[in-house]
Amino acid sequence: MEKKIPLNMDGRDVEAVAGQTILEVAREQGIYIPTLCHYSKTTNVGACRVCVVEVEKARSLVASCCMPVSPGMVIKTDTAKVRASQRLIVELLWASGDHNCLTCEQNGACELQNLVYWLGIEKPRFNVAPPGYETEKTNTMIQRDLNKCILCGRCIRACNEIQVNEVLDFSGRGSRAKVGPAFGADYIDSDCYFCGECVDACPVGALTFKQARFAGRPWELKKIRTTCPYCGVGCQMDLNVYNDRIVKVTGNRAYEQPNGGSLCVKGRFGLDFVGHPDRLKTPLIRKEKGGELAAATWEEAYGFIADKLSGIKKNNGPESIAGFSSARSTNEENYLFQKFMRAGIGTNHIDHCARL
Amino acid sequence: MTNSIEEIEFTDVILAMGTNTTENHPVLSSRIKRAVRQRGAKLIVIDPREIDLVKYATLWLRQKPGTDVAVLNGMMNIIITEGIYAKEYVENRTEGFEALKKTVAAYTPKHVEKISGVPAEDLKAAARLYAKANKASILYAMGMTQHITGTDNVKSCANISMLCGKIGIEGGGVNPLRGQNNVQGACDMGALPTVFPAYQPVANDETRAKFEKAWGAALPAKPGKTIVEIMDGAHKGEIKALYIMGENPMISDPDLTHVEASLKHLDLLIVQDIFLTETARLADVVLPSACFAEKDGTFTNTERRVQRVRKAVPAPGQAKADWEIIAGISAKMGYPMNYASAAEIMAEINAVAPSYAGITYERLEKEGIQWPCPNTGHPGTRFLHKDRFSRGRGLFHAIEYIPPAEQTDDEYPIILSTGRVLYHYHTGTMTRLSQGSMERCPESLVEINPRDAEKLGIEDGQTVKVTSRRGTLQAKAKITTRSDRGTIFMNFHFHEAAVNFLTNPALDPIGKIPEYKVCAVRVEAA
Repeated sequence: MEKKIPLNMDGRDVEAVAGQTILEVAREQGIYIPTLCHYSKTTNVGACRVCVVEVEKARSLVASCCMPVSPGMVIKTDTAKVRASQRLIVELLWASGDHNCLTCEQNGACELQNLVYWLGIEKPRFNVAPPGYETEKTNTMIQRDLNKCILCGRCIRACNEIQVNEVLDFSGRGSRAKVGPAFGADYIDSDCYFCGECVDACPVGALTFKQARFAGRPWELKKIRTTCPYCGVGCQMDLNVYNDRIVKVTGNRAYEQPNGGSLCVKGRFGLDFVGHPDRLKTPLIRKEKGGELAAATWEEAYGFIADKLSGIKKNNGPESIAGFSSARSTNEENYLFQKFMRAGIGTNHIDHCARL
Repeated sequence: MTNSIEEIEFTDVILAMGTNTTENHPVLSSRIKRAVRQRGAKLIVIDPREIDLVKYATLWLRQKPGTDVAVLNGMMNIIITEGIYAKEYVENRTEGFEALKKTVAAYTPKHVEKISGVPAEDLKAAARLYAKANKASILYAMGMTQHITGTDNVKSCANISMLCGKIGIEGGGVNPLRGQNNVQGACDMGALPTVFPAYQPVANDETRAKFEKAWGAALPAKPGKTIVEIMDGAHKGEIKALYIMGENPMISDPDLTHVEASLKHLDLLIVQDIFLTETARLADVVLPSACFAEKDGTFTNTERRVQRVRKAVPAPGQAKADWEIIAGISAKMGYPMNYASAAEIMAEINAVAPSYAGITYERLEKEGIQWPCPNTGHPGTRFLHKDRFSRGRGLFHAIEYIPPAEQTDDEYPIILSTGRVLYHYHTGTMTRLSQGSMERCPESLVEINPRDAEKLGIEDGQTVKVTSRRGTLQAKAKITTRSDRGTIFMNFHFHEAAVNFLTNPALDPIGKIPEYKVCAVRVEAA
């Protein structure tokens, strides 16, 4: 049996499990505590301090994401002192960056914007002074605008603790601190594998999907869960669709198996082929050997195939007909293909590129 | 895979052999890396190339290409000699141990060092680490199977896993990593010459009678030909018509000169694809398919998990889902197939494929299910062979080492291995149209060891000519210690440097897989 820890949160008597943090207990209880740097399945760093709560007899406010519960704790999550502290932090974050929602892709999906709204902050009491970094535009996949970075470190932990690609880290100190690959390199000049885990992890608009810029706003995108079409891992992912076009691909940490929300460069950035102008759009028939392929209707194509196949089957037997099914098609289609070859044609000459 | 992807993260020792996991199964490789970095698991990499996983490995054995059986026999020799095998497991759950013991007795560490180049001490360390682990998982991919001894390699993995009692347990197993999204499903569905769905043999009268009843047609009893045999059949004029759905043999198959001649020799070539591929250009009829994002269905991943594919956008022009096209042709041929949706096809699969019987769309709505799943109340199967093997006792196969089909000589002194890179996929039809992939990896490169490059007077980025007994091509050199001396590596994603003009079509006699990992070539400055 896990050891039960009795405590009191916002006036409720609650039983927690030894080892849980105050934040975890609050979430179980349905009590909202805001967070920014907290990112589940990674180290709790307690960097941003927006998750502070009041604990009776504690010397100061405590970061709920890092503080383990102890027996008899009396916790208050919504006191004036807590709110004042949260407001100060959010105002400082706001003032230290270029948080201009007008052209930000994260507008409507930004955790900092949500907090400003939730805390009801009209404007920060400090002068807004962004650091003035150049926006990184040297690759076509990930757009990096460090002026919007709140230094929460989620991208770093996503890179090192989830994907374990070990590319991102902090560099510099104080107001010159920033996140990125070693030696201040752009992503494209680093060892980055472009898995995009850091973009999914970023709570603000510092890391965004370049190809999704101006292609549909967060609340206009329809997310459709599907399975990645590349390797055999079968990652679950969300296609973000706007106006019948895939705008971007995002991971979803709620889909646990097999990938827990992680993706790689192919699933994430490799779907340009879907809407490519070179896609085949009509059947094509080459009426005579040596002739050209010409557009045809489905009816003509089916008729042409049926005539030819029936003739070959009649003259040379079903054993003279073979088919390659596909490791890219669905189970249903593979099933139907072999059923057609076996029952419709009468041959077992069916294979696919499992071996290649 | 006998076991699940998730289990890799919670095992004690991972033996990765012939799998460049970080490039070919990147998200799965994160589980390996997390196991090592965060849980203290030990990783043994056995691979001729200095792949990225080596960075995370406790031990790296760099064997000569094509010597895997010798390496595994050597490890088993050590494990048996030192008495660190799972005696009780071997006694209770396996048979054929004495024959195995007799065969591996000749593979002493010194002898194996001579064959494979792996230092005897490293081999001993790897054998001990694997055998003594509480839980140990073997991962392998095409680096093991694309050899004329591919089947032997896989059986050797099964041998060592059984010898150490590491199969049939959580976190253990012999785990092939499938390279394509639905290669598992295509096999499960009977897109193979010898079996109906769920691996029920076509040659079995009882099975065939069952399918004849279900499908309302007489069915052929004789097993069919494999891809490479079909190509040969076309070349000889025995195969007259070929229907290709979503494959591009003009890039993916060995010895492309032969493939092209074979395809041109056909009376009828039907190609169904999403693009006018190199293969489709040779077709008499080309049929436009919907891609994965434009249809409903299921894929089965490498851990046997059946998962939903959902329609997100409309197909371009008149393109249709593959299943609609097959049904259209079939109806015209006088064998009607009336399905209103992919879900209706799955209902039929449930009825004829016992391992898929309980996998319905209704259940898949929430999450994927791993087969075998015999009924709708069954939760699916995370790992196989728990208390018994499918045949009862696990059978050891005593296997001798056989060298690769093609040896190097004065004229062709270098070994070429082929494979994929992170940024591209298979024949490149999909990834070469992606801006990001092309930005990161715009062309094929010949990975060559610095000392070989120096000897040949080749500089980094210089165009080189690579020639085998079957063909020749040009590409730029990339000088890197990832390649061992006397070996080069090339990918097969680029038709401009289609490496399968060079590869050896020699096949594994059972698996019929071509030996893509070893062929003899000559490299020279172009």
